[in-house]
Parts: sequence; structure tokens; C-alpha cells
Amino acid sequence: MKRLSRYRRHRFAGPTLLVFALFMIGTTFSVASATTRLGTSVMSRTAAVDEGRQIFLKGCSSCHGLNAEGGKVAPSLIGVGAAAVDFQVGTGRMPMADMGVQAIRKKPAYNPDEVAALSAYVASLAPGPGIPDQQVIYYERDGSTAQGGDLFRTNCAMCHNFAGQGGALTRGKFAPTLMKATPTQIYEAMITGPQSMPKFGDKIITPSEKLSIIKWIKAAQNEPSLGGASMGRVGPVTEGLLGWILGLGLLIGIAVWLATKAR
Amino acid sequence: MSDKAPRLSDPGLPEHVHRKADTDPAAAKKAERQVAILFLISALGTILFIYSYIWIRTDRFVYIPVMGSQNEQQLYMGLGLTVSLLFIGLGAIHWAKTLMPDNEVVAERHEFRSEEADRADFVATVKEQGAASGLGRRSLIKRTLGLSLGLIGLAPLVALRDLGPLPKKSLEETSWKAGTRLVVDPSNRPIKPSDLEVGGVVQVLPELAPGEERTLNNNAKDAVLLIRLRPEEFELSPERLSWTYQGIIAFSKICTHMGCAVALYEQQTKHLLCPCHQSTFDVPRAAKVIFGPAARPLPQLAITVDNEGYLVAQKPFTEAVGPSFWERSS
Amino acid sequence: MSSGEKVAGSVANYVDERTGAAKWLKKNLTKVFPDHWSFMLGEIALYSFIILLLTGVFLTFWFDPSQRDVIYHGSYLPLNGIKMSAAYDSTLHISFDIRGGLLMRQIHHWAAILFMAAIVAHMLRVFFTGAFRKPREFNWIIGIGLLTLGIVEGFLGYSLPDDLLSGTGIRIAEAIIQAMPIVGSYLSFFAFGGPFPGTAFIPRIFTVHVLLLPGIFLALITAHLMLVWYQKHTQYPGPGRTEKNVVGYPLMPVYMAKAGGFFFIVFGVTAFLGAVASINPIWLYGPYTPTQISAGSQPDWYMGWLDGLVRMAPPIETHAFHHTISWNILIPGLIVPGIFFTVLALYPFIESWMTNDKREHHLLDRPRNAPNRTALGAFGITFMLVTLANGGNDLIATHFSLSINQITWMCRIGLLVLPPLAFAVTKRLCLSLQRSDRELVLHGKETGRLVLLPHGEFVEVHEPLSDAEAWTLTQHEQLPPLELEATDVHGVRRPGGLRNRLRARASRANAEAIAKPKPDDLKEIEHH
Repeated sequence: MKRLSRYRRHRFAGPTLLVFALFMIGTTFSVASATTRLGTSVMSRTAAVDEGRQIFLKGCSSCHGLNAEGGKVAPSLIGVGAAAVDFQVGTGRMPMADMGVQAIRKKPAYNPDEVAALSAYVASLAPGPGIPDQQVIYYERDGSTAQGGDLFRTNCAMCHNFAGQGGALTRGKFAPTLMKATPTQIYEAMITGPQSMPKFGDKIITPSEKLSIIKWIKAAQNEPSLGGASMGRVGPVTEGLLGWILGLGLLIGIAVWLATKAR
Repeated sequence: MSDKAPRLSDPGLPEHVHRKADTDPAAAKKAERQVAILFLISALGTILFIYSYIWIRTDRFVYIPVMGSQNEQQLYMGLGLTVSLLFIGLGAIHWAKTLMPDNEVVAERHEFRSEEADRADFVATVKEQGAASGLGRRSLIKRTLGLSLGLIGLAPLVALRDLGPLPKKSLEETSWKAGTRLVVDPSNRPIKPSDLEVGGVVQVLPELAPGEERTLNNNAKDAVLLIRLRPEEFELSPERLSWTYQGIIAFSKICTHMGCAVALYEQQTKHLLCPCHQSTFDVPRAAKVIFGPAARPLPQLAITVDNEGYLVAQKPFTEAVGPSFWERSS
Repeated sequence: MSSGEKVAGSVANYVDERTGAAKWLKKNLTKVFPDHWSFMLGEIALYSFIILLLTGVFLTFWFDPSQRDVIYHGSYLPLNGIKMSAAYDSTLHISFDIRGGLLMRQIHHWAAILFMAAIVAHMLRVFFTGAFRKPREFNWIIGIGLLTLGIVEGFLGYSLPDDLLSGTGIRIAEAIIQAMPIVGSYLSFFAFGGPFPGTAFIPRIFTVHVLLLPGIFLALITAHLMLVWYQKHTQYPGPGRTEKNVVGYPLMPVYMAKAGGFFFIVFGVTAFLGAVASINPIWLYGPYTPTQISAGSQPDWYMGWLDGLVRMAPPIETHAFHHTISWNILIPGLIVPGIFFTVLALYPFIESWMTNDKREHHLLDRPRNAPNRTALGAFGITFMLVTLANGGNDLIATHFSLSINQITWMCRIGLLVLPPLAFAVTKRLCLSLQRSDRELVLHGKETGRLVLLPHGEFVEVHEPLSDAEAWTLTQHEQLPPLELEATDVHGVRRPGGLRNRLRARASRANAEAIAKPKPDDLKEIEHH
């Protein structure tokens, strides 16, 4: 301390102290108010919200309203939370390419930083579910595949099919395949209930149960087809088609050969 | 090429055309070698099958283009078996086609109808021996024979009575009583209204008594779906509205069509879809059927909260759940 | 005599001294069988049945047909610790812990798929060629019986593992039983030993699937084959083939080699499917519980048409005098299939009623020469295809991005519109083909060679048909329609007038044909 006090009347003492103080305030503030997003840009939260607002006004407000209050064609985004935005925009569903019955997963229009900014903006409008990055990290350690499968079959298979291949809803809507979903996206979908999907709050499917479901879905994504080519894992329809086309086709072909006179 | 128009009568069997192997010994030898090779390939297939069964580990996977990662033992055993069977067949057929005589043979058909004399003999025999039995004359025997044979046919039917109990009231009753708590399936947690958000859905079963186990027989009738809407979204009669609680409505999950679990809830349209035959039920209007073959709405369970704040049934279902049956009065 | 011949000789002697077999073996070893690929469809079914028996016995050595609860602790980790029935547990055990178990399960199920497909293909061949006519009506009825029992046997078979998908199918079957008026709830409780799902059903259907139905199949198939053997197989028309002969190859050695070889072919192809194509992956479905369901639940293909009928049924139920009749289940589930199979079984008699033809037929019809029958067949096939498509309407919707509601409506309307349309189009097509046959016989084949005539006209050279070809195109019979007047010569009303009028109408429709060329027509042309 004595060595430091020798510089107390140095002409750079003031500015240095100022910079140091600002740095301490800034870091403490951003650490204390971290929105569970690892590796975010050093941008402060207000900057992210601002950028998000700009992106929103350009790309989303034409349907969702200038203040995200919603309109005839799009719902209000007030209170949907960062999770909903991260899911919808991160999977490319939003912005919607054409006004069909359902938004489809496609190549995202925004890069991860822009998605983070949009999420921060919408989160700033009203409290809502946050991005669950921290929650899903340990799904492998904390989830149970078998329990997840049982929960999946009770709560999810009726729309998404027993192997997560997706299924039909009414009037052209559908529950999509889960084969490309990331753990975060699965968690977000459960808590925000995108489009036709119901909401599965933490009291209905607890966070640990959600991790089990995620673990089971990941296992299903990676499980090789154990009996041979799987033909889509959609059940007896494809099996019957293959039986007629390949099975009976081969046999009739061989029968024709059998009954043809040799040269 | 003939300029003559064809005759329209049967020209008889065409002339026999010889195969190469019929006239050329070298071709015959070649065909014989081909058959032999086919049989040998089959032997190789059997060896592959036996090898895979014994020496390939069951947990190994191999990547095949188009098919993806395949279980090695299953694939090679199967291919080995395929080759061992298929090539015996191919060999035998090739042998028949190339080396066995392929001259067409003609056999005569005989009319099935027997000669008149035989038929007359048959009729006479039946009449004679039939009369010998005395059945025609002795009507007492005939009638009592008929009675005894007819009655004995009832015995096996009666003996099957214990296949199952009589249904009695079983189809009309579930485990839901006044005050039964609704618990989440499968974790058996009781539910407070605040646990379920608007737009949320939860699969529930009745709370078990201490020491009781879940049975599939009970679950097949007790399964209930809890859905939360905003209260102003309901279009219900006052009575049905009183069966809901703060926007939470409960329906039997067992489809009134053929008993599948109706569990697809579309949050935005508020429709319930049964995946079996696409019956669609409108939740705000007490699960009224709006599409598909189901003829009745899903039975609604009247719910409220108990003094600890957990959701409970007000009373049992007021109608039978599940598919229809003859004795169902509505 | 070689040593082989000596041994064969003493065996033959031993058997003949006890059974007198030499005489009938000699006759039957030279029995003639016509050779055509379309005659092998029934063989595919026969050999598939044998494969089912062999692989089925293998499976019974490990399968536990019991619904008692067990906790799974086998090799398939995603189900570790899950409660399930012993039936499902033992099927998982066969799939993952028995070497060759999954292969045998898959071969068994693929053989069942092929069995049913071959029966249908064989039935269509017999139908379109008129092989069901006298004396083979009874064999046709046995065949329809085999078809119906095959559907039941397959359904019971894939329900044995008690997985979520097949258990849902059982629930639906139970709903059909329960819906029957008066006796429904009793029959359901008797079948299931109480309320659904109970614990008696899997053990009971095991007995039916493994003992009762295979026994009936063996008996029916034996009767079916014995009739074919005794009545001799039909043959396609052609030079040298008449109603009074059979042209083909002898049983020994040609037919034995070809048919025996074909058994190995069928087994090999089925094994190939079992090796490379996954079927019924029950571990993905999970164990059956009535509170769970999967999107896209369908039965196996041969029941898909039933599912499609049920899906498109209007929601009609009648409630009267405190009782319910579920027409929305009974009509698609029992009444329509019942009518369909009854008409199918009785068709030989319906056709002989239309034609009044009481003679034996051993020469097959070319389908175009029986336009009404072929068109009726097209009607039936279209009916089946529309219902089958509707059975998969949710998969069609997801795969092709359509709406299940629209598909259901299209199939509802399609079911009423498309089969009659197919009938009309097919009949016209057959008559067209008859016309083109007539042209071929009268004018010969087009050769594509053009000749310039002296006065400048171009004509295409036609090559006359050979005698054999012309015979094949003209050997068929063309029966005139029945003449049944509603009144007799004196104007007295004939009893059964409506029936006769109907018969006359049907007979006229059945007899509609393009007249085949006669020798006189040819002579006329020659003198052009």
C-alpha cells in the first residue's frame, strides 16, 4: 500500500481510478444480472436490448406490431420471454416465410448474436421464461433415459410419434420431427408451448423430468436402427409398402424367370 | 413371313425348340458348372451364418451406405441365411430350366361327373343302406336323436360361461369419487390450480389410497386430461361451467369412439384430437365433436379445490366413459 | 444295380408292402402341371406359411404369453427399470438377448406380410382369369376363408408382444366387440376375462394364434391343395391346350425342382427382408398402457382398409329406449366388411347365375375377354385402395403437407365415386382391347414398313398372325346373354319377375363383348 500511495497525486491517478471504478461497476452489474447465456458478447444488456429493438422493428414489427403488442396475423409477444424468441427465431421458424397454417423450421434468418439481442429485447418488455442454457447443461448426468421415455410416451408421443418423428394435427398443422432439436430448444418448447404445442410448466413436468425427456430424445436421435433399415420409424404403413414393392416384386420377378424357357 | 391369313382353329402344340444344353454337350457342362457354383455359394452363406452367430459380438455396429449404422451380427447372420437359402433355390431352378427335360407333356382330363351307372348304384346303395338303418321308419328314434344331438351342442357353449364375469355396472363406474384428488401421471403429485398455466395440459389419474397400486384396468377408465383456458373462453352451460375451476376443465381421456387415449391438445385452436381415427373435440364447448367418427363428446369431470388448495373431483363422472355399448342410455 | 439303387429299392419295397404305394406314386409322380409365373403366387403363400410355422416355433421357445407385471432389466437400456408385461419383456429378451432372436422375429413378421400379400395377389389372379368357375367354386370359398383367417391370425400375432401400438389395436377390437347390440358388453367381458385390458387376453390369443388357427390353416390348406391336385390345375389358353387336357411338365423331376427351389427362394427373400429391413421395432413403441398413444397408429397393411373405413365413418349413433347402437362402429367395422367378404365368397355362384353356365371350365379366361368380371375386380380393388389410403391419412398428411380433414373428405367422396368410375373405365378398356385383338386377327400385325403403290398411295405392310397367335386370340367363348322374359309366350306373368329381370340385366351386362372374328370375316378380308 505504501508503494501505491506514492502515486496518489500523479496526473493519471484520477482517470485511472475512474476507469477502474467503472470497470468494477460494469463487471459486478453484468455478473449479477447474467441472463444465463454463456459466452454472450461483452455488450451490456441495454445495448443488446436496443439492438434487439432495431432488429425487431425491421423484421418483426410488420406482423407483431411496433411495440410487440400483436395484431390480426400475429400474437402479442409481451410476456413470452427470451425462451420463446430464442426457440422461434433460433430454429428459423420466425420470421415466417409464408402465411401458412404453421411456421416451419428452416435456416435461421439471424445469427446467434442477433437472436440473443432479439431475445433480450422481448424479455425486457415483460417478465417471461428465460433461456434455459444453464438448466439443460447436465441432462446427461441428471436425466434418466428410461423415465424420460415413459414421460415422453405419456406427454409427447401422441403428437410427435413414439420415436419423435412428428405427426399430424388438424387442418394441415403438424407436430414436427424432433430429430434435429437441441436440448435447449426442447426445453424452451416445453416451457413456452410454441404454436399448437401446449405449455408444460415446471410444476407439471418438473425441471428434472424435463432433463430426462431431453436425455431420452437425444438417445432416440442417436440410436441406430437395430433391426435393419428403419424406413422412417413411422410404423406398419412403410413396412407394408416395402413388403409389397420389394418382397412381392422380387418374388414375382424370380417367378417370371423360373417360368421362362432357357436359351 | 407368310402372306396367308391364319386359320382360326387349334393348330396343336407348337414344335419343341431345343435349348443349347440339349444339343451341345459343352453348353450342358457349362450349365452344370453354373448350378454347382450356385450350390457352393449357398454353402458359403451357411458358413457366414454360423460364423456370425458364434463369433461376431452382439454389440458391434457397422456403417452401411443408405441404411446407416447397422448391428453387425444381425446383418451378417441375416445375409448369410439369405444367401444359404436363396442360392439353393436358384441352383435348383437353373438346373430344372437348363438340364431337365422341358418337353411339354400332355395329360388327359376326365370329366368329373360319374358314369350314369355309378350314380344309379350310389343312389341305390344309399337308399338301401339308409333304409337298413331304420331312420326313415322309426320316427321316434329320429326325433330323439335330433333332440340329444341338439342339446349336446349347448354343452360346450355353457362350459365357456366362466371365460369372464358379467359386466354388471363395471363399464359405468370409475374410481373418481367426490373429493378424489387429481394427481399427475406418472409421478402422482397432487396439483394446485397455480401449477397449471393457461395453455397448459396435464395427464392426471385419481390419487391412490395408501397401499394401493395402479392397475391398467383402472387407468383404462380413470385417465383424465386437465386443460387450462382463460375463463372467458368457455362457451358452456351454467351447469357445465360450475364443473370447471378458474379456467381449468377436466375431461375423460378415453375416446368415446373406440377407447384410444385422446391426448393431442392444440393450444391455439383449443381442439383435442384423437390420433386413432381423427375425432376432434372442441374444449371450450365441453369437448363437442366437430370432426371425425366419434358420436359423443368426452365426458367432463366436475372439479374444484379442497381445503388445502389441491384440485379434486366434485363427484364421479355423470356418464359412462369410453366407447359406447348397448346398455348405455345416452 | 448301384448301391444307391439297391438301398432305394429296399426302402420302396418296405413301404409298398405296407401301403400299396407303388401304384398311386407311379401315377402321381408323372402328374402334369402347367408352368406359368402367375401360378406361383399361391405357392408364395404356401411357402410363407411353412416359414411362419418354422420361425414361429423358434419364437415360442422364449416367448412368455403372460400379462403379469415385470420390471425390465435386459440389454435395451432406454427401457431399464420400466414396468411391463412378461409378454413384452420376453419379446425384448428375444430381440436383444437371444442370438438370432431379432432376425427370427423379423423373418416371422415379414413372412406374415408376404403371406397376406401373396394370398391377395393369388386371389386376384384366380378372379381375373375365372379359375373359380366350376368345378373349383368350393376351392375359392376355402381360399376366401384362408384370407379372412389370415387377417385374424396376423392381427393376433403382432398383438402378442403387448406393445403400445398393437395394444391400441386390441383396444379398438374390443370397442368393436363391445359395440355389438345386446351381446356386446358380455362378449367383451368373456373375451377379456373382465374389463379391458385385463390379464387374460394375451394368453388366450396365444393359444388361438399358435394352436387353434394354425390347425385350421393346416386343414384348409391341405383341402385346398388336394382339390387342386385332384381337379388338376387350370391352364392358359393357347395352341394345343383344350378343356380336356393339361399341358405342362411332370412332377418328377421338373416340377419338384422348380417348386422345391421356389420354396428356398421365398425363404431366402424373406430372410433378406428380415436381415436388412426393420419391422415391428417394439422397443421403440414402449409397453402397452391404455393411457398412452402414439401419433400415426396404424394396423398392419392387411387391416389398413378396416382402419380407413372406421376413420371415414360418419358419427352416427342412435339412442332409443335407453339403449345405444353405434352405427359409426358397426357399419365400417362389421357390416361393410361382412358384405364385402360374403359377396367375394359367393361370386362364383353369382357369376354362374348371370351366365347360366353349368359346364366345367379348365381353360382360363384372358381378363379382357370377361370385361364385366374384370371391371368388377377393378371396382373391388379401387374400393380397397381408397380405404387403405384413408387408413394412412395422418401419415399422408405429414409426408405430403396436406390436411387430414381434407384427405378424409376426399376419401369419403372417393369411396362412392371412384369404384364405379374404375368399373366403367376398366370395362371400356377391356372392350377396346377386344377390338384391337379383332383388328390384329383380321388385318395382322403392323410391321412399320411402308410401300408406295403405283398410283401414289402409301400403305403399311401388315404381317398376318401365325396360326398359334390367331388361335390364342380367338379360342374364347362368347356366350349370348340369357333370355328371360318377364312374361311367357301367352303373356302370362312369369313368377319371380323381378329376379328374372335383374338376372337378364346382369346377364346382358356380363355378355357385352366385341364379337370375335370368324373364318368368314377373314375370307371377306382376303378378297379385298
